Amino acid sequence: MKVGLFIPCYIDQFYPQVGIATLSLLEKLGCEVVYPQGQTCCGQPMANSGFEHLTSGCNTLFVNHFQDFDYIVGPSGSCVLHIKDHLHVPDREEKATHIRQRIYELAEFLTDVLKVESLQARFPHKVGIHQSCHGQRGLGLSQMSELVAEPFSKPQQLLQMVEGLELVELKRKDECCGFGGTFCVFEEAVSVKMGKDRITDHVNNGAEYITGNDVSCLMHLEGILRRQQSNVKVLHMAEILNASID
Amino acid sequence: MEQDHKEHSLLAETFNANESRVDWHDETLWWVRQKRDRMAWSIPEWEELREAASRIKHNVLGNMHDYLIEFEKNAIANGAVVHWAADAAEHNKIVLQLLQKQGVKRMVKSKSMLTEECHLNPYLAEHGIEVIDTDLGERIVQLAKEPPSHIVLPCIHKKKEEIGELFHEHLGTPAGNADPKFLTAAARQHLRKEFIQSRVAITGVNFAVAETGEMVVCTNEGNADMGAHLADVHIACMGIEKLIPQRKHLGVFLRLLARSATGQPITTYSSHFRKPKEGQQLHIVLVDNGRSRQLGREDFRNSLKCIRCGACMNTCPVYRRSGGHSYHNAIAGPIGSILAPNLDMKDYADLPFASTLCGSCSNVCPVKIDIHQQLYKWRQVITKEGYTKKTKAAGMHAMNIVLSKPGLYKTAGGVGRWVMRTFPAVVNNGMNPWYKQREMPAPPKESFADWYKKNRK
Amino acid sequence: MSREAILAAIKKNQPEYQALPDLSAFGQAGPGDPAAFKKVVESLGGQVYEITSFAEIQPLVAEHYTDLKQVVAIKDAYLPGAATQWQTGDGRQLEHVDLAIIPGQLGVAENGAIWVTESEIEVRVLPFITQHLAIVIDSKHILPTMHDAYEQIGAPSTGFSAFIAGPSKTADIEQSLVLGAHGAKSLTVFIIR
Repeated sequence: MKVGLFIPCYIDQFYPQVGIATLSLLEKLGCEVVYPQGQTCCGQPMANSGFEHLTSGCNTLFVNHFQDFDYIVGPSGSCVLHIKDHLHVPDREEKATHIRQRIYELAEFLTDVLKVESLQARFPHKVGIHQSCHGQRGLGLSQMSELVAEPFSKPQQLLQMVEGLELVELKRKDECCGFGGTFCVFEEAVSVKMGKDRITDHVNNGAEYITGNDVSCLMHLEGILRRQQSNVKVLHMAEILNASID
Repeated sequence: MEQDHKEHSLLAETFNANESRVDWHDETLWWVRQKRDRMAWSIPEWEELREAASRIKHNVLGNMHDYLIEFEKNAIANGAVVHWAADAAEHNKIVLQLLQKQGVKRMVKSKSMLTEECHLNPYLAEHGIEVIDTDLGERIVQLAKEPPSHIVLPCIHKKKEEIGELFHEHLGTPAGNADPKFLTAAARQHLRKEFIQSRVAITGVNFAVAETGEMVVCTNEGNADMGAHLADVHIACMGIEKLIPQRKHLGVFLRLLARSATGQPITTYSSHFRKPKEGQQLHIVLVDNGRSRQLGREDFRNSLKCIRCGACMNTCPVYRRSGGHSYHNAIAGPIGSILAPNLDMKDYADLPFASTLCGSCSNVCPVKIDIHQQLYKWRQVITKEGYTKKTKAAGMHAMNIVLSKPGLYKTAGGVGRWVMRTFPAVVNNGMNPWYKQREMPAPPKESFADWYKKNRK
Repeated sequence: MSREAILAAIKKNQPEYQALPDLSAFGQAGPGDPAAFKKVVESLGGQVYEITSFAEIQPLVAEHYTDLKQVVAIKDAYLPGAATQWQTGDGRQLEHVDLAIIPGQLGVAENGAIWVTESEIEVRVLPFITQHLAIVIDSKHILPTMHDAYEQIGAPSTGFSAFIAGPSKTADIEQSLVLGAHGAKSLTVFIIR
């Protein structure tokens, strides 16, 4: 199984450790993983700002990089959702469709494709899950509190395989953190307030770490936590799932 | 109407100056959202019911022309007079003429978001007619000279102490009394007098049934009924999208409406107005005001399915923390943000951006409007039409250039991180909205791509 | 005229016709549960009494309401000696009614709503303008859901009708629930077996 590793721009630039953890985890689980050099961005920041028509350069690059893989996996629900919903390249629609159908966010790749049932990981801490909206409501990584339907959660399913990890229960289990792409700067006041409120929920329920499937949301929460000089840390889920036993 | 241009982000920033008040606003609306959840879970077939409602409304959109004619025919047969208004101005004129014919200077109105949309009250005031809003929340904001901040909970932004002061000033209640029970009783007394005196009553319409020509008006307070049944002339104002095909469809919508809106199993009163009472005139004003245009926009026509429950506002994490007035439109929140650009794309160009696209609104919507997807699509339309700020557009073009060229991206990323490490003040300053209340991420020495090159292959 | 312009614009812009969904799966066969109905009405702030004859109404009213000056009873049997001639006028004659006792055609167990029509209440404003409202309903006329209710009601036969569920209320001031906004301040339901 040939897996193309999709590392979104801000992870590449600011959170390389998340890319390393993702790669290492997939390799541990027996995948043949290749990171195509020359990746930039999925185009989402422009598209969500109303400039989808400017994303053709990004789309072409994306198809160039990933057209030949069995699966494409990325540690970001939001970027994966953007590709799933919006990747189109005129004249190469077949390739684009292949990618849209074969791209997975890391957690759903582990639960749905690799069907992981156990992990050799240990993380003896109290952890709160921040469910990023695009992963949850867009990709369906877990059941949404608005719907009358059976509960499930792919991220939780995986974190429960980690030795010593204790999940904390939140008051609002799937409220948005307020990152929202360029929303975080154009609507700074509300964005920060939303982030602070999310953090308060985790802190009040005893979380030592906040984890999730989207570094963008975590970056926003981390920015606020650091400004508050809080001891609470953020970690991408890959970093926890990859935390070795020893 | 508005002289100065309003921006959601700036109005939201002002609202956020008082953080404890934002907390209070957020918690109050979240509580309503939780009540809605409990009610939804009490009906095992909830999701099927939403689907049915959405499909009934889809049928209405695809057959609106015939349903309107059918409704009109039946309403006339029932003894009503039907008026057609192309826009807000015509609607206001029709209502004014009816009032002038009656020679009234003061009349009662129950909740109608349509008349808010048309700015009827100020128009009638200019012509010397005073409208008394009779929904308690609407009366409160009217006394405060403010628009409603929520379509179902008009004064949700007001604290009881402020309402106590308003009532003290306008209704003569004792100073300092802010007990909701006491204040409601005072309003009841005050408005009973208005109901008894008023010869004309305006009501909104929740549902208009094509098959029977009747209109259903839902209230908890009973103000629509008090007004309409005591008046010589009942004027019902409705947007043309309020139609439903048949009476039995009310079963679906009345099950969904109040549960979604306030977490009640049904409103106290669901009144079916079919014929005017003996000696009474019943006028129905059918208003387009951009609706037929929205019907032609394939990506946005589903917004016309809205039954005005307000659930999208209660669940919206942005609305809860920016307040209804930050949307500077009669209808606030997510649904307002997809309806408003149809009315004026320039004035409301900011609203589709006042969202994180979290998608909670679409999930609570009882008629399954794809609200967050429409927000995304409006962003594209507004940008293409040239209503995006020039600075933002320039930034996006620059971003596109960098992100389209891997070499440039690599260099820019490396340089950027080096600058951040070496001269943090370049980004860590007051000009950077991120930095105002958040630290920037610590820039690592090497990117993932650099690491990969060294450690693999 | 705007009518033609609006209709023309709609005809041009409306999407392709789509069939109406089948609603038959939503209704429930059989009668509604009076106990469930009672529970919902109480949760809405109403009170419910199960009675076996109209004669039980009078003592309950006497026990429950003090200082009743004007009482309207739609049927003499509900409360002998109630007001007469109250129908004459435009509705304002009912301004000082303290209690109205009216029949309800059917009740809905899922939400506590009671179907009331003009043919019984005679003066439309009666159930709204009265300070207190009592509705008498036959236990056999309680249905499970709104779908069943509309199925039973069928085509309209009167100029005005309403579902009434609980007393008039508002939560407009800081979401604190207050009974007695503009309509009846209390609702009593007599379920007769």
